[in-house]
Amino acid sequence: MIDADVHIPNPRLRDLYPLLPEHWVEHFNNTVDKGASQEYYPPRSPVAGRRGGLEELREAVFDQGGAELAISSCLYAVDSVHNPDVAAALAAATNDWQSREWLEQEPRLRGSVVAPIQLPAAAAEEIERCADRPGFVQVLIPARTEHPLGSRLYHPLWKTIERSGLVAAIHFGGAPVMPPTPTGWPSFFLEEYTAMAQVFATQLTSMIVEGVFDACPDLRVVFLESGFTWIPSHLWRMDKEWRNLRRLVPWVRRPPSDYFREHVRVGIQPLDAPPDPAHLGEVVDQLGSDDLLLYASDYPHVHACDAGDLLFRLLPESLGRKIRSENARSFYRMGG
Amino acid sequence: MTVALHEPSTTPSVLKAGTGPDRPPIIDCDFHNELDSIKDLYPYLSKRWRNHLETFGIRHPNSGYYPRFMDHREEARPPSGRTPGSEVGFAREDFLDPYNVEYAILNPLSPVSSALDLELGAALARAANDWQIAEWLDPEPRLRASVVVTPQDPVAAAAEIRRCGADGRFAQVLFMGRLQEPMGRRRFWPIYEACVETGMHVASHAFGAYGHPITGAGHASYYIEDHTSPPQAVQANITSMVVEGVFDRFPSLRMISVENGFAWLPPLIWRLDSAWSLLREEAPHLERLPSEVISEHVYVTTQPIEEPPRRQDFLNLIEHFGDLASHILIASDYPHWDGDNPDVVLPSGLDEELVKGIQCENARALYGL
Amino acid sequence: MKYVVAEASEIESGGRKIVSVAGRSIGVFNLDGEFFALRNRCPHQGGKLCEGKLWGVIRSERPGDFEYRPSREILCCPWHGWEFHVRTGQSWCAPERLRVRRYEVETVAGEEIAEAAEVTAAPIEDPDAPSPGMVKGPYTAETYPVSREGEYLVVEIPG
Repeated sequence: MIDADVHIPNPRLRDLYPLLPEHWVEHFNNTVDKGASQEYYPPRSPVAGRRGGLEELREAVFDQGGAELAISSCLYAVDSVHNPDVAAALAAATNDWQSREWLEQEPRLRGSVVAPIQLPAAAAEEIERCADRPGFVQVLIPARTEHPLGSRLYHPLWKTIERSGLVAAIHFGGAPVMPPTPTGWPSFFLEEYTAMAQVFATQLTSMIVEGVFDACPDLRVVFLESGFTWIPSHLWRMDKEWRNLRRLVPWVRRPPSDYFREHVRVGIQPLDAPPDPAHLGEVVDQLGSDDLLLYASDYPHVHACDAGDLLFRLLPESLGRKIRSENARSFYRMGG
Repeated sequence: MTVALHEPSTTPSVLKAGTGPDRPPIIDCDFHNELDSIKDLYPYLSKRWRNHLETFGIRHPNSGYYPRFMDHREEARPPSGRTPGSEVGFAREDFLDPYNVEYAILNPLSPVSSALDLELGAALARAANDWQIAEWLDPEPRLRASVVVTPQDPVAAAAEIRRCGADGRFAQVLFMGRLQEPMGRRRFWPIYEACVETGMHVASHAFGAYGHPITGAGHASYYIEDHTSPPQAVQANITSMVVEGVFDRFPSLRMISVENGFAWLPPLIWRLDSAWSLLREEAPHLERLPSEVISEHVYVTTQPIEEPPRRQDFLNLIEHFGDLASHILIASDYPHWDGDNPDVVLPSGLDEELVKGIQCENARALYGL
Repeated sequence: MKYVVAEASEIESGGRKIVSVAGRSIGVFNLDGEFFALRNRCPHQGGKLCEGKLWGVIRSERPGDFEYRPSREILCCPWHGWEFHVRTGQSWCAPERLRVRRYEVETVAGEEIAEAAEVTAAPIEDPDAPSPGMVKGPYTAETYPVSREGEYLVVEIPG
């Protein structure tokens, strides 16, 4: 089994001190600035990560969870830091810390490069710096960005990611300054959490119609903690819009759903399941390919139901096998 | 609920046969009455505001522009050359009569509701509603109207709702999808109070702009993205109304999603229920599953209808609605380019009662027609 | 059955005429002297396709790149903008499975039409004809007067 979404905790600032340039250590010591302190989740809510060490992760993910490999990410919100120099320095130190404290310590663990995505050029530099390090298999991109990810602003970054051979992992969260919905700031995190599916829908539409996959035909994207039951109806809508309005984006030469199936994979957690299991089976079928779903526990975050348990009981054994490991193995080109 | 499937279908359940009174009626829940220009409202405005429009014009939050092809169906343009949808006489012969429309709900999309000068907004809203009464409701008894308001000024909006409510031919209050704040926020509650008092519902129509980016991840680049994104705003608005407890406070209020398509509703419900079970400590006032609240209070119009590749997908979608299929309302969006032909949008083979509900009876029950 | 729908000179290059033939509305297009006929009904939602605008061809290899050929052979439905190639009736958005009904058009001399009419012994002066000169037979012009001197566009409707 391959677990496509587990989390390592945010580094504490003192974890980063040995890895930060000296003048930033002095800066953090002498000022109120304590690093990327924003969180994508209310810090004490059930979905927020608990602080656990490598031993706890080993036990939960490999020993009890039964994974042979796990792809981890650290959701340190460097995208919330406006100061470009601090953002870049924190990202670099976080990646060095991930390498040293996690990936080098546990050969079954893979990692995600943290990058200051609000500064595409700086993000590209950091990705190039880390791409060949052992253990890194993807770049972490928080779902909420200042501009939709298909924007021409990000095309050089996509080229860099494509060239690096890393997967782009778009994950729940993000800290741009604007509201999380097109109709302003909701009162409750519950609403923001619900609306995140539509943010993923935005990124999917944007990347496809703005031609990211035409410019970068080898680019691979994985959606993590996105849910997937919203996807079929969104594919129908996108394909319809493409038939109507294709002339404005003539580089999109196939229905958007084709691009989705070719370039994107989706973690199964959280599973926003219909109450009737038969309907869940229909939704999985409507995705239109058996290659898309990747087993993901989202350790140590808690969700409403155990997605793996529900899906593996429902789906045919062969599809279950693909979701457990084969899809991730082939998408991440893990061999074996 | 199980969807009955008759295959192959020899008699289409959609109403293709014949035109005019020989065919079964429809109730069209999104029919646009258009201003040819703001000057259409001059007869209903005081001299002060006419002068204001002549010397300044209306300011809106500047939200940029997405280059596009067309707004209206050209062949729906009246012989006078005025904007399609701006003349009741032509709309009658071009659409209401041939499709045997029993009732149509007017949704005037005007530059009124997002006016930044709130006093001007209130004057324009009042004028737009008087224009609807004089030029649409009076000459055509099959029409019902949506009250135009400026939601940013809930006190003025509530007063306008009460004024129009007395007329009896207004069915709902019109919000655009993208607002300054989500629809459940307390500032809007005086509007809902007035709705309930006058027996009207509230509609959230696609598009609009109040200055925020059109997605939760910033401003998209192309019109195709703008045109794909309305379901996001309405989902945020439905979520907000449910989570803030609007429907607990105003139990007789109904919220109607207009021009957002409708296939996203079942997945939204699944996601909201799972979010609620996970995060309910945050909003303990919410005592019931969101799906229960939605099943009583939220309605969706079909247009622009999703077109899944396989007919079976559409039938499954209707099954996923379950009992909520009685909340699906047909809508043409006449005379806009992206409208649906009510004759062909539903695939053949759907259960006849279900089709009748979508085309007519669900709206009749909702609006008490 | 073949139907006379227009005088050849009536539709100039780049122009079109929408005619009613055998209960169908059909658009006849002149592309640089070649004539094509399409059903005036979009296979999507039944829009009056042949009343749509004609566009050139745009190809693109990458985002922001537009390679334009001003051929004006792409017909866009006035409802939703679905695109069809006038020459083939094929849709641009789903060419493998979707096309609008296309009919053969030929340019035929009036004399030939009249002779064909005589061969099939159809009365040249039909008492029911709305105007003198209408012919029946392999060529049918429901509302169209034919003279032996002219050149005509003839649309073939199978069946």
